[in-house]
Amino acid sequence: MNPTDPALTICARGLSRRFGTHVAVKAIDLDVRRGEVLGLLGPNGAGKTTTMQMLTGNLAPSAGEIRICDIDLLDKPILAKARIGYLPETPPLYRELNVREYLDLAARLHRVPKAGRATAVATAMARCGLADTGRKLIGTLSKGYQQRVGIAQAIVHEPDVIILDEPTVGLDPNQILDIRALIRELGNKHSVILSTHILPEVEAVCDRVQIMHHGVVVFSNTIAGLREFQRGRTVTVALHRPPDISALRAIAGVADVEPAGVGRFCIRFEPDSDPSEALVSAAGAGNWGLHQLTPAQSSLEDVFVQLTTQAEQS
Amino acid sequence: MIFTIAGKELRTLFTSPLAWLVLTVVQVVLGYGFLKRLDDFLQIQSQLAQMASPPGITELVASPTYATAAAMLLFAVPLLAMRMIAEERRNQTLTLLLSAPVSMAEIILGKFTGLMTFLLIIVLLVLAMPLLLMPATRLDFGLLAGLTLALLLLAASFSAVGLYASSLTAQPMAAALLGFGMLLAMLFMGETAGDSLRARGWQIPAAFAQVFSPLKNFEPLGRGIIDSYAIACPLLLTIAFLILAIRRLDGRRLRG
Repeated sequence: MNPTDPALTICARGLSRRFGTHVAVKAIDLDVRRGEVLGLLGPNGAGKTTTMQMLTGNLAPSAGEIRICDIDLLDKPILAKARIGYLPETPPLYRELNVREYLDLAARLHRVPKAGRATAVATAMARCGLADTGRKLIGTLSKGYQQRVGIAQAIVHEPDVIILDEPTVGLDPNQILDIRALIRELGNKHSVILSTHILPEVEAVCDRVQIMHHGVVVFSNTIAGLREFQRGRTVTVALHRPPDISALRAIAGVADVEPAGVGRFCIRFEPDSDPSEALVSAAGAGNWGLHQLTPAQSSLEDVFVQLTTQAEQS
Repeated sequence: MIFTIAGKELRTLFTSPLAWLVLTVVQVVLGYGFLKRLDDFLQIQSQLAQMASPPGITELVASPTYATAAAMLLFAVPLLAMRMIAEERRNQTLTLLLSAPVSMAEIILGKFTGLMTFLLIIVLLVLAMPLLLMPATRLDFGLLAGLTLALLLLAASFSAVGLYASSLTAQPMAAALLGFGMLLAMLFMGETAGDSLRARGWQIPAAFAQVFSPLKNFEPLGRGIIDSYAIACPLLLTIAFLILAIRRLDGRRLRG
């Protein structure tokens, strides 16, 4: 990890924050490159928001250093902040302004030159699906649209680094899909950090994940690594003519079988093996009437629970 | 950047009924007082004419109007300043300013400039009343300039105190009461502390106490006397409270 790598847009080392005697974030490291979306996952109170507040200069760290595009955030906050766009948990919206006025103010505050300001506002509005709401007062918009205005505010100055704190909270499913597509798109040109506790969201949009728990990073890997970690541990099968449970246990690679209702079994695999194929051919040969084979849906949640409780025990 | 924030503050002020209400009430009260004093002046005019060096219309009508305006600012400024930081904290909109490439000093100075621009409107409305008499009589423009300067200095020091009070809490109403309480305490102190200290021969503590006595410093300029220390005092007070507010805002980042 070379800290002067030009593609490295966020580089935080040994970041800590204490509130009195309570340690909210404990010596975490964080790197994000251009064109990368990092998901910050964790249960409530894990320190995600505190970390993001430190990365955006809203909160001074107790220890550690933060470099944004190789500019020290604590040393030269004005230069560094110009390269960051931040959507906090509660979007910082002035309800008495209309959308266009508000985004124009955000652009001015982020020192977008006068000549390009109108274009920047129009681009941000188009990207966030706000093209028709320019003259509406922010106070009269629905929660979903307010959230979009919050995102537009974070991207209006084309920052290198975009930090979004739970961007899809309180949105309806269609809006969530829109916002995820937008984040994915932003991630191609910029660096994005997003915090969430919705696990499928991380799979849908992130390139890398860091899971936080009690202020420390307990898991840091790519999405592929996360999938590897969780892959094919259990499947559920449904059979019309189920054989004796011992016949299922006999298939190579099966660790354990538990009945899960009439003709249904929950099959746990041994580590590093995937006997699904053997299971299907055995079902065909034995005429068991296999009509359903589902990988366990909650596998990502399992990983999460496993990691966070592991950290608790150790 | 300061003007961007000032513009935003002005817009916010004018979208709330409070600003309009303050403008209306101040103008109604001052207008009534002005007309009443003008009426009194006209009644005693013949008696004044017999005096050797009679006080002019500026002294008898404009000066008391300015004094009333000063007293009204004592109530109005904490009310106008209360939302500026406290409400931004409560609504968590301060994050927009804190995340932007803007220094704490620029944020506070921007808000101060916005508030002063609004108060300038009040001061200009006050000035407009005696100026309306121009076609009918001769005004003492020197005294009028002194009064206007004194009112502006007073508005600046009140604004700085009000802004600091607003930075102390996330409850706008509490900020208004706090600001009002601080100004009132300074007013009482100014009435007595400076003089009694000076009477004991303690010149330096007396000079220090005078900095915290905005209304005491209003008097010399209000009589048309250019007392440089009385002009420096409100400026010092303004700067001191603006620095306190900046430090307070920065402290929030450090302490969380």
